[in-house]
Amino acid sequence: MTSTGRPPTEEMSSEQSNDLLSASSQMGRRRRRGTIVKFGLLAALMVAIAALVTLIITVLNSSFGLVAVDTNQRPSDLVASLGYPAGTELGDLGKDDLVTLLEGNISTNLGRRFEREQRFFDNRLVFEDPYVLNDLCMSGEPPPACSLSARSQSDVVALVVERVVEPTVVGTWSFLSSTFNRDEIEAVAAEKYPEAVLEYRSWLSWNFVTSPQSPEPALAGIRTALLGSLWVVLVTLLFSFPIGVGAAIYLEEYARENRLNAILQTNINNLAGVPSIVYGMLGLAIFVRTLEVITSGSFLGSGNEATANGRTIISAGLTLGLLILPIIIINAQEAIRAVPGSLRQAGMALGSTKWQTVRSHVLPNALSGILTGTILAVARALGETAPLVVVGASTFITTDPTGPFSKFTVLPIQIYQWTSRPQDEFRNIAAAAIVVLLVLLLTLNAAAVLLRNRYSRRAA
Amino acid sequence: MTSEARPAVLTLRKRKRPGEAVIKALLFVAAALSILTTVGIVFELGNEALLFFRSQEASLAEFLSSTHWQPAILDFGIWPLVLATMTTSVTAMIVALPVGLATAIYLSEYATPRIRGIIKPILEILAGIPTVVYGYFALTFMTPLLRSFLGVGVVEIFNTASAGIVVGILIIPLVSSMSEDALHAVPMSLREASYGLGATKLETSLRVVLPAALSGITAAFVVSISRAIGETMVVAIAAGAGPKNFTFGEDSLFGYILNPFVAGETMTGHIVRISGGDLSYNSIDYNSIFAIGLALFVITLSLNILSRRFVARFREVYE
Repeated sequence: MTSTGRPPTEEMSSEQSNDLLSASSQMGRRRRRGTIVKFGLLAALMVAIAALVTLIITVLNSSFGLVAVDTNQRPSDLVASLGYPAGTELGDLGKDDLVTLLEGNISTNLGRRFEREQRFFDNRLVFEDPYVLNDLCMSGEPPPACSLSARSQSDVVALVVERVVEPTVVGTWSFLSSTFNRDEIEAVAAEKYPEAVLEYRSWLSWNFVTSPQSPEPALAGIRTALLGSLWVVLVTLLFSFPIGVGAAIYLEEYARENRLNAILQTNINNLAGVPSIVYGMLGLAIFVRTLEVITSGSFLGSGNEATANGRTIISAGLTLGLLILPIIIINAQEAIRAVPGSLRQAGMALGSTKWQTVRSHVLPNALSGILTGTILAVARALGETAPLVVVGASTFITTDPTGPFSKFTVLPIQIYQWTSRPQDEFRNIAAAAIVVLLVLLLTLNAAAVLLRNRYSRRAA
Repeated sequence: MTSEARPAVLTLRKRKRPGEAVIKALLFVAAALSILTTVGIVFELGNEALLFFRSQEASLAEFLSSTHWQPAILDFGIWPLVLATMTTSVTAMIVALPVGLATAIYLSEYATPRIRGIIKPILEILAGIPTVVYGYFALTFMTPLLRSFLGVGVVEIFNTASAGIVVGILIIPLVSSMSEDALHAVPMSLREASYGLGATKLETSLRVVLPAALSGITAAFVVSISRAIGETMVVAIAAGAGPKNFTFGEDSLFGYILNPFVAGETMTGHIVRISGGDLSYNSIDYNSIFAIGLALFVITLSLNILSRRFVARFREVYE
């Protein structure tokens, strides 16, 4: 239709002109088809981008929103019972008043337990008998209270909230519906949970990052998991970085082209494709079971054999170490390969040995590339879940890890467990934990990109 | 030794450097550790799987033929798990292949450097998101979406379709980056020849470049299938928490056995669920997950080796 070709000249027969006409109209059709397919390709690309955007929106949507909170005792009633004017917050009260609230609302036994963990006041005891505590402190296993100083005011506020106010989230709404359907939600909440208070809540908060795990989603946090992740990644890095870089140096600088080295290279490439869960099973069989004496820490006399057995930070770290080893090796090999041969020859010509050349010429030049690859591998380890479930991450621990022989949980495991719960509130804290994890990973990736840019600029 | 006797003579013989040898040996050990890992995997999986097949409760014949996996009554047939794995993987490939390949063609043949600079990091971010996050996405977004489109009665809360689609999204970056490498490896001269013969951009891309890069693209597909089979967290969270046992003849083929909208447990999902619970060593349950793990390892390894063959082919031709 777009055949605006030259008009047929006199010399041309009508047949020829028809051919030309149809050829040019065909051309137009072909071009048009090209354009249509191009937009088809672009649409497919948009699907990928839309997936990423939707994922991020889904996570953020659950991290914030309205919640209906039911309390055992309202903070306002508690404050009023002490004779303070309305509008005073629990956090504004002094420690004396807060302890009075505790005294009035929790059992003496529970109070004793708290006081043995940590005293309320340095100069007096509230629940515990001084003689009993004295005896306990003299005994073989003194409770923590004997050595710790008194609880701070904020600690006591947290206790009052946890044990006296006892907030429970009875209903939760996503950010988008909280923003656009607020009136409707208020009506539903007033009808379904007449006792509860409707408030806006950011599940992601500093409190969330610093609180330990708790069965109550409103109070739960990710401190234990975050520390666990850092410990595990530390072990992973200490194990796989030296070995990975060493293997890469061997394969690139020392290995001759023989059968054995070809097998080594193929093997490393194949290992990179093994599903992560298989590494988990390897870790379970070797680190947790076979090497239990070492990984439980019992060979040092430390660690708690009864509770942790081999399911410790060190087992988890080594398992992930094996998992990212091929990635580190392959990345480091690429970085070493990129170092120009002239540098090596210069080193050799000056009489340095092979190792001296590698150490003083090759490694410094390959370092940023190696580090970039390592950071990306560590990011991978930080997000791994399946192998650690198999190795035996703890399902519920509230105590911070103290060393490589502690029981562990990590951030992805925490997300997995919260996601698997049927209640909506757990989905909210899972989303908040995902935000923390993604921010961590994004930071690592940004660091890798910065390193890479620096590296390529120098190379150019 | 002779040089010590006659120090005045300059010796050009290579000096012995024990330190160098030690370093080389250490580096070799580091490289050889990877062989140990492979040996460890094969040995440990094989060993425990052997215990499983040798035990009185299970046999290799039953493992490979039965369509019921019910450890409680000592039924150990791997087919329900394999079937669910196949369902999620095929669904994943249906999503990932067209999108991944189209993205690769667009990036390699059409995109300007500026657009590439925007798209590539997005794909890298997509590839860097932990799988547990995708699991959350499948359960809280994809499943409700499917249920609202197809009806609550059709789509179960846990279903293999939703898990499969999300696994597909997860492997889009893998498909696209490997395919793009393959397309990139096709020499410019082929494209120029095609243009010279009067072909349009589309015709050149689809009829010249794509067939030329076919072995590389096949490699990308095979690796992606392997990745989809080995993917764990998405299916553990969203696909279901119990094997989909079936009996041919009794259960409807399309209504239940091959229906992706009902719950099913994949091989990886089963391993995670069983090992996440209280598992006592040397029990039949413990050994059985190693038998599944071995099957998983063999399948993914064969696929990866196959893909490497394809990659080697396109390298030979163009480099």
